[in-house]
Amino acid sequence: MMEFTQAEALGVLATVAKTLIILVGAVLMAALMIPIERRLLGLWQDRYGPNRVGPFGSLQVVADMVKIFFKEDWIPPFADKAVFVVAPAIIMVTSLLAFAVIPFTPTWTVANLNVGVLFLLAMSSLGVYSVIFAGWASDNKYALIGAMRTAAQMISYEVFMGLSLLGVVLLAGSFNLGDIIESQRGMWNVIPQFPAFVIFFIAGCAEIHRAPFDLPEAEQELTAGYHTEYSGMKFGMFFVGEYLGIVLISCLVTVLFFGGWLGPWLPGFVWFFLKAFTFMCFFVLLRASTVRPRYDQLMAFGWKILLPIAIVNVAITGAIVVATS
Amino acid sequence: MEFTFFAAGIVALATTARVITCANPVHALLYLITSMLALAIDFYALGAAFAAVLEVVVYAGAIMVLFVFVVMMLNLNNETVAREKSWLRPQLWAGPAAAAGLLLLALLWALIFGGIEYGGITGEELAAREVGMNLFGPYVLVVELAAFLLLAALVVAAHIGRDDTDQVSDAAARGERVTTNVRESR
Amino acid sequence: MKNAAQTAFSATSSVLRTIGMTFMHSFRKRETVLYPEEKPYLPPRYRGRIVLTRDPDGAERCVACNLCSVSCPVDCISVVKAEDETGRWYPETFRINFSRCIYCGFCEDACPTYAIQLTPDFEMGEFDRQNMVYEKSDLTIAGVGKRPGYNFYRVAGMAVGGKDKGEAENEAKPVNIKTLLP
Repeated sequence: MMEFTQAEALGVLATVAKTLIILVGAVLMAALMIPIERRLLGLWQDRYGPNRVGPFGSLQVVADMVKIFFKEDWIPPFADKAVFVVAPAIIMVTSLLAFAVIPFTPTWTVANLNVGVLFLLAMSSLGVYSVIFAGWASDNKYALIGAMRTAAQMISYEVFMGLSLLGVVLLAGSFNLGDIIESQRGMWNVIPQFPAFVIFFIAGCAEIHRAPFDLPEAEQELTAGYHTEYSGMKFGMFFVGEYLGIVLISCLVTVLFFGGWLGPWLPGFVWFFLKAFTFMCFFVLLRASTVRPRYDQLMAFGWKILLPIAIVNVAITGAIVVATS
Repeated sequence: MEFTFFAAGIVALATTARVITCANPVHALLYLITSMLALAIDFYALGAAFAAVLEVVVYAGAIMVLFVFVVMMLNLNNETVAREKSWLRPQLWAGPAAAAGLLLLALLWALIFGGIEYGGITGEELAAREVGMNLFGPYVLVVELAAFLLLAALVVAAHIGRDDTDQVSDAAARGERVTTNVRESR
Repeated sequence: MKNAAQTAFSATSSVLRTIGMTFMHSFRKRETVLYPEEKPYLPPRYRGRIVLTRDPDGAERCVACNLCSVSCPVDCISVVKAEDETGRWYPETFRINFSRCIYCGFCEDACPTYAIQLTPDFEMGEFDRQNMVYEKSDLTIAGVGKRPGYNFYRVAGMAVGGKDKGEAENEAKPVNIKTLLP
């Protein structure tokens, strides 16, 4: 049917290699976030954090991984086995798939989709299933309550996330993430789209259920929420999945509002990394400083404050775009 | 693209069959989600990337979540599975299955002898811009009608979800005797 | 409307202020004591490892009265009494199971001779549980502990070890109950 020339085969190999590098890099970055977060939390709480394993505690993550690999991977007898096993895989797969469309530099992107922004939204909406199925399959009331909260929280905040993105899409005139970055050559989107940036960041926080929006796994009320029954490597997947989410949202904020690879003097990738890393640290700062809202407050804040602001922002941006074009 | 289309199509057919035959509702929903994802891939293979992504965002990502949400709340157990199984007797599904089989035969007949030519799948992309142009151009009436429907649904939801407890507690705060209880005042 | 705007402003600014204040903690002194390198100060009356002290003459203080064993809430002290030729009691075995001890200090309070004392030492981790059982030889120290100059037998009104009744410090001669003379 199709015949590969040597050049084509090499091209395919290069693409596969690039994909692997990006995916492994994303997972490594997510794993590295674990000790970085613990050290930063220590810094902001006047403690040290883990500082024994390796220089400045940098090998702590290796120790944790070795521990988690050798833990017993236990499935409770009352759990729905198939769903229980599938759930942690879903969050890893969706998070990693979302990385496929992120342009790290003009040439380093796995898939240059024309509907990149929508693809990201699709992947983040599929991530809900991981939490819901984990909560349901555990057959544990804490897990189920956590799953319920997640379902409502993630579906709601996806709406604001999408709406806040629309302003950026209108300015760039494209759903393609590379085009969106190129459209920010004159001015980063964060200036004309500041409300959208704030909403996107808040919604992103809620979407990956990070503190202060970590109601699905609120330790004080729900022990560990949806992953109460998980142990060993399956728990590790939820854990890394959450940090993948942080890396993903940081990358997205960088791409959509802070001009991605754009920046003087330094190479593009360094700029991208610096910007994204700043936001990862900001996620940690948020966790160190803010308090968790009550569940109804979270919903009211979303639907009564974020939604109107997002809609007004889209309307005004649309009007300006129509008026100037 | 042809290979992708047919592979995803086979997955969609198989998972949809399992949706009907699976006795455990949550497992059936999992199959339904998979079926929708396969459909999205089919859309993508046909060149409608926009529709494919919307299928995932709206159907698989939002509506199905609510389905799962509701089913989760029903406290299903092994008895439910057994009851579902008992409902899957041949005399119950034989009639509808025969009727559906007839329809399938008619469809196949039309496809084979109706003079329809297989156009091939090229994977040419239909951009989001054209979808938007069409929606607010020739099909604007349909969009507006859908908007009416959604608005009506929104109003009903707001009406059902409205909270009367504030009025009652306000009256109590003023020292008035509350004669109607909350449920009656709705 | 004005009220809502005020609420929104104050809520937003309070969240931002919290974030800012937390960030300023990057430049504060850290409160953690890095333990193995830097030892914390422990006061002399800290309740740590239990020892058996000796009196100033170098003889052991314990009289095997078993009060410590009785007062111990977790029953981790076991004492077997013995008596030497002068009539003095001493513990033949004195065994404390430190894997059960809760370091409450009740034994120290109960001891009439200040023999059993708690010391400011808590670094007694072991890999083998059996090594946590301390015998009399492990417990006895050479010094007087927290009570210098105290010798129970020198102040107690008991005839023991060549000292007769009435010969102890601050003790009057025994009253002869067989005579009416003053």
